[in-house]
Amino acid sequence: MSLLSPRRAHAVAEAPAVRFLLLGLALAAVALFLLLPLGVVFAEAFARGWAAFAEGVADPDARAAIRLTLLVAAISVSVNLVFGVAAAWAVTKFDFPGKSVLVTLIDLPFSVSPVIAGLIYVLLFGAHGLIGPWLIAHGVEVIFAVPGIVLATMFVTLPFVARELIPTMEMLGRGDEEAARTLGASGWQIFFRVTLPNVKWAALYGVLLCNARAMGEFGAVSVVSGHLRGLTNTMPLHIEILYNEYNFVAAFAVASLLALMALVTLALKSGLEALGGK
Amino acid sequence: MKLARLGLAAVLVALSCAVARADTALLNVSYDPTREFYRDFNAAFAQAWKAESGETVQVRMSHGGSGRQSRSVIDGLEADVVTLALGYDIDAIADIRGALPADWQTRLPNESSPYTSTIVFLVRKGNPKAIRDWGDLAKPGIGVVTPNPKTSGGARWNFLAAWAWAEDAFGRDEAKVRAYMTALFKNVPVLDTGARGSTTTFVKRGIGDVLLAWENEAHLALRELGPDAFEIVAPSMSILAQPPVAVVDANVDKHGTRKAAQAYLDFLYAPEGQRLAARHYYRPIHPEHAAKDDVARFPELRLVTLKDRFGDWRATQKRFFDDGGIFDQIFATR
Repeated sequence: MSLLSPRRAHAVAEAPAVRFLLLGLALAAVALFLLLPLGVVFAEAFARGWAAFAEGVADPDARAAIRLTLLVAAISVSVNLVFGVAAAWAVTKFDFPGKSVLVTLIDLPFSVSPVIAGLIYVLLFGAHGLIGPWLIAHGVEVIFAVPGIVLATMFVTLPFVARELIPTMEMLGRGDEEAARTLGASGWQIFFRVTLPNVKWAALYGVLLCNARAMGEFGAVSVVSGHLRGLTNTMPLHIEILYNEYNFVAAFAVASLLALMALVTLALKSGLEALGGK
Repeated sequence: MKLARLGLAAVLVALSCAVARADTALLNVSYDPTREFYRDFNAAFAQAWKAESGETVQVRMSHGGSGRQSRSVIDGLEADVVTLALGYDIDAIADIRGALPADWQTRLPNESSPYTSTIVFLVRKGNPKAIRDWGDLAKPGIGVVTPNPKTSGGARWNFLAAWAWAEDAFGRDEAKVRAYMTALFKNVPVLDTGARGSTTTFVKRGIGDVLLAWENEAHLALRELGPDAFEIVAPSMSILAQPPVAVVDANVDKHGTRKAAQAYLDFLYAPEGQRLAARHYYRPIHPEHAAKDDVARFPELRLVTLKDRFGDWRATQKRFFDDGGIFDQIFATR
């Protein structure tokens, strides 16, 4: 017994060979499936030097795609933040019939293919859709225009903020709010002074995840966009078009920019985690 | 709050961009391989239109598989003009949405096709599998790349060209023609949705021994991706592919762009349009306006026409490509 105890002291003390093997496997997998493809994107982007890269990114259609992507992400993230906070608040602070149905519905966009999400909006707002003809008669364009792209992006990113907030708020319970209530705080005061400070890190984390997905969404947006260059092309769609035009350097230049935006989002997220520092 | 303000600012910027546009904006909804041609053509037209009317015109493009593009216009994509791969895709816009009259194809010369093309083979350099004609495609061990006739216009021309060759080769014995087509499609490893997707599959991913391609697409792939790696084979006969163009009446009337849209299509028939079409490997209907070197690139081929061999597109579509049609039957038994 006493002979074994020093080794037992480290619960995970595997033999060094096993440790290196596991670590090596994990690192190899990361290198092979993550770093290598990412490296290829940047290598292809600069395959013909800086000038070609700059040309690909500075093209008016590329700039329009970057603007549109940022616009769509800004709108859908802010709307989803409001929705996510409201939904999480409702689900965790109140009991009402149909609560479990609501929680399941929030997850729906995770399980529905983005292509179907896009088609739903075509069926609703298309020229032969349910309400499309009425909207078109009144001069409102939804499908094949920016509103449709925003709607489709909102659909696929809907769960992100709520999904981050619900567990946090459930864990925190209702104690703080009930205490504030007994001290005479109003509903808004409770929300801004008690609830929001408690969940701000979770909310920001959800916002960043939501943003990453909103910028990168392809399937749903592809269905509703109509692919009008300089008008309804987001960055992922623009990359596909460039690739199809044999314009590989420009395609990968825009792709590397998109990857860079995702990396920045990821870095912000890690920074927040360190700051929120449990 | 900050986020909301940022969002608002972004919306305003987007709106101001939308306002600061040209006098007239046209949307041309086209099919896959016309990208490079219309980029040049749009610039030439904008110049000509400025000189003629004093107006600045901006032409926007949307490209994709012809059938899918047609579907988008039916669903409300606001095309002022459509320039698609075959007549049926514009018939569908007329029939389902009623956005243009059923006899649209009689409104412009040459059945509304300002340029034509045909189907040729693209093979790997040196033609290692010795693919010379349609019969070689059905031999065992040959990988044939073609897009899906359900979504791609070019693929429907491919299918009809092979069918027409087989009809001649087997004395119009339909059982033998079907057996040949079944053997051919047994050799197809992957059906992409559009012509450009198939080219990428063949050229970039290195799949298959022969690509059935639009003549213009084959030349373009050769120029862009490797004259040292591929070569074009012209079969003994092929089909005259007529990609038609049309003004979408409902949309131009709504946008007030009929005059510019009509001029845009007329310019395709003008000497400058014909010259550009030939430069981008489309066969001009007035070769006298094109550069001699450009025209010399088109081999003399025996070309059958859809009208002589199959009738009109509505009937052809129903017989071959609608659900349960000959393509479905062949594809199910392969």
